[in-house]
Amino acid sequence: MRVEEQNKSTKKTHPVKYKDNDLQQTVIVKDDEKYEKLDLVLDEYEDVEGSLVTVLHQAQKIFGHLSRDVQIYVAERLGVPFAEVYGVVSFYSLFTVQPRGEYTIEVCMGTACYVKGSGKILEKLKSQLGIEPGETTEDGKYTLETTRCLGACSLAPIIKIGDDVHGNITAEQISEILTKY
Amino acid sequence: MSKKKISLEIDGQKVQAEEGTTILEAAKQIGIDIPTLCYLKDINVEGACRVCLVEVEGDPKLGASCVYEIKEGMRVKTSTPRVIKARKQMIELLLSDHPNTCLTCIANQNCELQSLAAKYDVRGFRYTGERRRIPIDDLSPSIVREPEKCIMCRRCITVCKEVVTASIYDINERGFHSFAAPAMNDSQIDTPCTYCGQCILVCPTGALHEQRQDTELVWEALADPNKHVVIQTAPSIRSTIGEMFGMPIGSLVTGKLVTALKRLGFDRVFDDCFGADVVVMEEGTEFIHRFAERKRLPQFTSCCPGWVKFAENFYPELLPHLSTVRSPQQVFGALSKTYYAEMVGIDPNNIFCVSTMPCIAKKFEARRPEMTVNGLRAVDAVLTTRELGQIIKQAGIDLPNLSDSEYDEPMGYASGAGVIFGAGGGVMEATLRTVYNKLTGEAMRADQYKAIRSDSYTSIDIEIRGEKMRFAVARGLGNARHMIDRILAGELKVDLVEIMACPGGCVSGGGQPIYSHKDKWYMQVDAGGQRGNALFREDESKEVRTAHNNPWVKKLYAEYLGEPMGERSRQLFHSSYTKRPMYGRTPHDLCKKEPARV
Repeated sequence: MRVEEQNKSTKKTHPVKYKDNDLQQTVIVKDDEKYEKLDLVLDEYEDVEGSLVTVLHQAQKIFGHLSRDVQIYVAERLGVPFAEVYGVVSFYSLFTVQPRGEYTIEVCMGTACYVKGSGKILEKLKSQLGIEPGETTEDGKYTLETTRCLGACSLAPIIKIGDDVHGNITAEQISEILTKY
Repeated sequence: MSKKKISLEIDGQKVQAEEGTTILEAAKQIGIDIPTLCYLKDINVEGACRVCLVEVEGDPKLGASCVYEIKEGMRVKTSTPRVIKARKQMIELLLSDHPNTCLTCIANQNCELQSLAAKYDVRGFRYTGERRRIPIDDLSPSIVREPEKCIMCRRCITVCKEVVTASIYDINERGFHSFAAPAMNDSQIDTPCTYCGQCILVCPTGALHEQRQDTELVWEALADPNKHVVIQTAPSIRSTIGEMFGMPIGSLVTGKLVTALKRLGFDRVFDDCFGADVVVMEEGTEFIHRFAERKRLPQFTSCCPGWVKFAENFYPELLPHLSTVRSPQQVFGALSKTYYAEMVGIDPNNIFCVSTMPCIAKKFEARRPEMTVNGLRAVDAVLTTRELGQIIKQAGIDLPNLSDSEYDEPMGYASGAGVIFGAGGGVMEATLRTVYNKLTGEAMRADQYKAIRSDSYTSIDIEIRGEKMRFAVARGLGNARHMIDRILAGELKVDLVEIMACPGGCVSGGGQPIYSHKDKWYMQVDAGGQRGNALFREDESKEVRTAHNNPWVKKLYAEYLGEPMGERSRQLFHSSYTKRPMYGRTPHDLCKKEPARV
């Protein structure tokens, strides 16, 4: 109950803009400020061939994730079929269609980290946050991800929280590390 | 200038082929049949499935022959133990992630993967393990998608993008989890899918197929003593249904088809071409009016439900230009529940109107909310050629050996003009024959209208009463898009345009027989030509070859409708079109379960 109420209260009421008045179904709920930023990106790349990945990358920076509406918006502006846009979005693991938490926790599952016990660290994170990799905590704070080798094997096992790297850690230290965020 | 010739050796035989040819095509020249699964000549050349592997001397790896260009002096081996083993392994790997429910699959015995597994003697499953679990999309009235059966050949993607230009498919996800589908694995109903069904024709497995919701309805209606069941056969069915029974492509079996339907127990067997004749009368008159007023020109035909949906999605600005006449299927359906019901004194509520169509978009069309007459569905059930073939087989009727019968009165007699509706350019030709006559009082000469048959993208100029009119035909929605863009840009001036969604017209429709055959694409295109020619042959054998001279059409107008485009016609046959959103913003959630990602 509490969570639902919280969701309700945090849901912003964006100014609503109809793209097309006689087509009520295709109403785009526009978060104007963010769409304005996206428009600037699109203005720049509209006529540049092969710019889809760049535009999506910028869009994700602006919105935090690539919602259905954003993908369709990009597709229409660039004249690329929506199917192709989603094909790219779902291919690259850096893109996400789900809203992300404030912090993304990446647990390195590369060989070195794995051997040094990153499995246990992942288990600890899963039970402490109550989510599976790819999911976001209900309070919107953390998104949990596993990742391939991050190239810092000397610090194995490592996790990344946001832009911070935590190396040489054990499962027991997780609770303490999380208190910093 | 012809291309440079290149000499090479395949399996010890010398071959000469043009520069740029692939090993696969060069091998074909000397009768070597390399297996393929994803390949569609000129349409889908991806090297995706890897079953066409061959050994090239000097190359340590096996190569996919469909994308391997020939080189001077090359020595290729297409059937060494290594090659055979590798191909078999490719098939086994495809099967490791396949539902393998072949017995109950719609593509059973008509599946390219199945026939390859048989050819390479795959026995048992060598690789077992995790399988993709992806929900089935059966929300649309026309197409069912079973992504678990997708083998990632990309044919549907390419055909939808390059030929149809609706571009609704692409690969979703990555690696093991990937499959071809609309964006976000949406249901077809949330996409600008035209339901033309070309993707079904090229799908090598049962991953894409038509809805078969109506077969059971038809069986039940036939068994119901209170129902008066009438059936209309679309123009092209007569030249394709024979193929369902192993007859050669292009076999014309009109009389046998009528006998089969009568044996099945239909109370009346009618010809949809009669509906087509009525459409010619209405559409022709509409065009004459518009041309006289110089309003809403060019006029576009509206017989093809795939094209209508395409226009509603992609070219809403053209909707006022579409002829308001419903398609022959719907015109016929409306007449069956009004004119015919009154004539025979049967309550329209008890009339069950079945249509048999070469098309899966017709299923969508029949269910459009506006396609009613006096509150009743104009057409109650739509069967594709494939479904009808199956029903006839289930009833144990041996179609090829039946004797001929005649269609029933009053809606069974069609002119040659109605018959050619199923062939590419036929709608235009049929309309021209009548329009020319109405405007000049003379019969049009065959050489004048035959010119429109030639190509899938063509236009002809005809002078009528000192006024030059230009008539154009585009078959295949890619061609249509090209033509429309030229028209909109002012580069092409035309007065009347026929557009058919499928590349060969209705004879190559999405509901026609499917061949689990290599080179499917060209086979279908060629088949379209032969099937169409069969319809032109029937046209030539007809005594009456113009809609306005069809005595039963005259009778219909004299006794019931009055004038074409008159009040009653408008009420029964004329329709409006809806601008449709490209993509649903709030998608139907049946398919929304995200596939697991690692």
